[in-house]
Amino acid sequence: MLKLKNVKKSYTEPNGDELPVLEIEDFELGKGEQSVLVGRSGGGKTTLLHVIAGISRPDCGSVMIDGLDITRLPEAGADRFRAERIGYVFQTFNLMSGFTALENVMLGMTFSRGRRDTQRATNLLEQVGLGHRLQHKPTELSVGEQQRVAVARSLANRPKLLLADEPTANVDPANQQHVIDLIRESCLNEQVSLLMVTHASEVANQFDRVDRLDEINKVVAQSATPE
Amino acid sequence: MPLWKIAWRSVQRRSLASMLTAFSMALGVMLVVAVLLIHGIIAESFRNNASLGYNLIMGAKGGRLQLVLNTVFYLSEPVENIPYAFYEQYLPAEKRSDGKDGELADYVDRVIPVCLGDYYKQYRLVGTTPEMFDDYVYNEDTGDKYEFAEGRNFVQFDEEHGFFEAVVGAKVARDTGLKVGDTIMATHGSVEGDEHPDQFYVVGVLKSSGTPIDRAAFVNMEGFYLLDGHALPIKDETGTEGETPNATKIAEEAEIIDKSIPAAKRKRTPLAKERREVTALLVKTSPIISRGLSNMVNEGPDAQAVFPVGEITALFNRIVRPFQQILLILTAMICVVSGISILVSIYNSMSDRRREIAIMRALGAGRRTVMAVVLLESIILSMGGGFMGWVGGHALITAAAPRIEAETGVTIGPFDMAPPVNLLALMSDDPIYLNGQKFEEINVSTEWILIPGLMILAVLVGFIPALAAYRTDVADALTSNP
Repeated sequence: MLKLKNVKKSYTEPNGDELPVLEIEDFELGKGEQSVLVGRSGGGKTTLLHVIAGISRPDCGSVMIDGLDITRLPEAGADRFRAERIGYVFQTFNLMSGFTALENVMLGMTFSRGRRDTQRATNLLEQVGLGHRLQHKPTELSVGEQQRVAVARSLANRPKLLLADEPTANVDPANQQHVIDLIRESCLNEQVSLLMVTHASEVANQFDRVDRLDEINKVVAQSATPE
Repeated sequence: MPLWKIAWRSVQRRSLASMLTAFSMALGVMLVVAVLLIHGIIAESFRNNASLGYNLIMGAKGGRLQLVLNTVFYLSEPVENIPYAFYEQYLPAEKRSDGKDGELADYVDRVIPVCLGDYYKQYRLVGTTPEMFDDYVYNEDTGDKYEFAEGRNFVQFDEEHGFFEAVVGAKVARDTGLKVGDTIMATHGSVEGDEHPDQFYVVGVLKSSGTPIDRAAFVNMEGFYLLDGHALPIKDETGTEGETPNATKIAEEAEIIDKSIPAAKRKRTPLAKERREVTALLVKTSPIISRGLSNMVNEGPDAQAVFPVGEITALFNRIVRPFQQILLILTAMICVVSGISILVSIYNSMSDRRREIAIMRALGAGRRTVMAVVLLESIILSMGGGFMGWVGGHALITAAAPRIEAETGVTIGPFDMAPPVNLLALMSDDPIYLNGQKFEEINVSTEWILIPGLMILAVLVGFIPALAAYRTDVADALTSNP
C-alpha cells in the first residue's frame, strides 16, 4: 500500500547550509495495516507525513501509494491524488472556522473528482457521534468534538491511506482514547491503512506495529540522543 | 461544496470588514449609476425638447444657437425679429387676408409664429397663435399632444376677452399659483422691464409635458401686438419712420382717457400687418424639403433657418458631454479606489487565512483552486457592493423622480436604465454577421457594462492576494502556530 524507498529531505537554513531532516531507505505499510510512528520532537515525523501526503517533495527517492509514485506526479496531480486517496488528521484539527461540521466534512469532498455526497458526510458525522451537531461551527463544539469532525472529514473521500499527526495531542485525556478508538475503528471498517504519529506511549502501546523514527530515519539515528 | 460557497464563507467570517469594503464599492457604483442615469435624463430631455413637432426654426440672422435657445428653450438673450411678410409666405390662403396661398405655403406642413421679448415675472411670455396647442402633436414617436389641466386654449378673438387671452405652462401655474380666471400683465423687454398696463385673461393651464412649454406663458399673438411698444412705427413713402397715423393716435388718446376700461374692451382692432414682426417661425416640413428650404432661407436677406436638433446635439456634445464624461471618470475613479480597498482588505486578511489555504491545499485543493477562491471572494465583494450601489443609484434617482419630472419632464421609473451605447461601434466599424444575420448595432444600456467592468476590476484587485494564496507554502503554514 505505502512504500518509501531511499527518501531524503533536507531544508535550507538561513545561512544557506543544507539541514537534512529525513533519510529513509525503506519503509512499508500494508493494505489496511495500522502503524504508529514514535520519535522525539524535531525528528521529522511531520515532515515524513507531509512527504507521504505529497505536501512536501522529497529531494530524492520514491513514495509509492497504491502502486503510484506520488513524487513523480506533477503538483496538480499530487493535489488530486491527495484529495482522492489520502486522509489527513491534524494535531490542531484544522477545521475551517466559518464552516459547519457538515460543511467541514463536505469540504473534504470538494477537491476530489468524486461525488459531493451529503449523505455520506452526514453518516460519517453520525458514526463519530456528532449526528446532532451537523450545523454547529467549530467554535460551538468541544475540543474532542472538533477532532471527531476532523476524523470524519479525513474519511470523507474513502481514502486508501490515513495519516494522523498526533491526533490526541490537543484533546483532553478523557477524550483521547475515544479519538484513538474512533480512528482505528473507522480505518478498520473502511479498510484504510493507518499511519499515526504520536508522542504518547499509552497510545503507541495499543498498536501491534510500532515504528520508531530513530530506527527508520538515518538522520535521527546518526545525530541525537534517542527518545 | 461549490467554490463560491467557500469564498462566501470567508466573506461571512470577516463580516464587518467585508461589509465596509462592499459598502465603499456600493458608494462608488451608486454614484456611477446616478451619473449614467442623469446623463440619460439630460440627453433625453435635450433631444426630446429640441424638436417639439417641428424640424426647422426660422429667425433673424445671427447666432444660430441663440435662436434655438430662445425659441425652443426660452433661454438666452432675446433675438431680433423678422418681417411679418416673411411669415405670410408660408401661410395657406385660408389664413391670409388676401385669400391667396403664400408662395412657400406648399413646402411646409405647419408653421407657427412666436413673438418673444416680454416676460411674466421671471417666465417668458410668448405671443403665438392658437395652433400652438390646438391638436398639436409635439412628440411624433409617442403621439403626445399638449393637454390642459384646467380651462381651454386661447382663441384669436373672444367676445369677453377680445384679443387678450392667455394660457400658462404647468410650472408657471405651479410656481405662481395662476389659475383660470386670473389675469397676467407682461413686463416689456426684460424681467425688470416696465409693466404693460394691458392684462391678459388666463383661460387655460397646460398639463405638465416635460417640455420647455411648462416654463412659459402663452398669449394670443393678436393681443401681444396690441401691447404698447410692440407695433412697428409707420414708415413714409421714403422709408423714413414717421408719426403714427391719426386714427391710432386718437385711439391711444382715448385709452388714456378710458384707462379704467380693460384692453379687452378697448383694443378690438387688430394691428395692421405692415406694423407687425415675428421673432421666429417653428416650421414642420418633410426631411427632403427641409434642407433645400433651409438653404434658400439662409441665402435670402431676411432670415436664417436652423435645425434645432442639430444645434442642440452640437451644444450637448460640445459642452454637456465633456462635463458628464469628467464626472463619469471621477466616479469611476471612486470605484477603482473602492476596488483598491477590496484589495487591501483581502490582502490584509491573507496572513489570517494562510492556515485556511494550507488546510484546503492539504485536503487536495490545487494552487489554482485556492487562487480561484480568493478571486471569487473579490468578485463577491465587488458584485455585492456593485448590486447594492445599483439599487442605491436607482433609489436615489427614483426619490428625485418627481422633481426631475417637474424640471425636465423626463419621467423615470425605478427600473429605467441609462441610455444604451452601440457596443459594435466601440469594437469595429463594420457590421457583424451572426447566423447569416447582419447586425449594424448592438445597443446595450451603459449600466449593463458595469457588470463586466466590476468583474474585471474584481479580478484585477483580487489578483495580488490570489497570487499570495497561490504561493502559500502549505507545509510551512500547517506547521506554524495557528
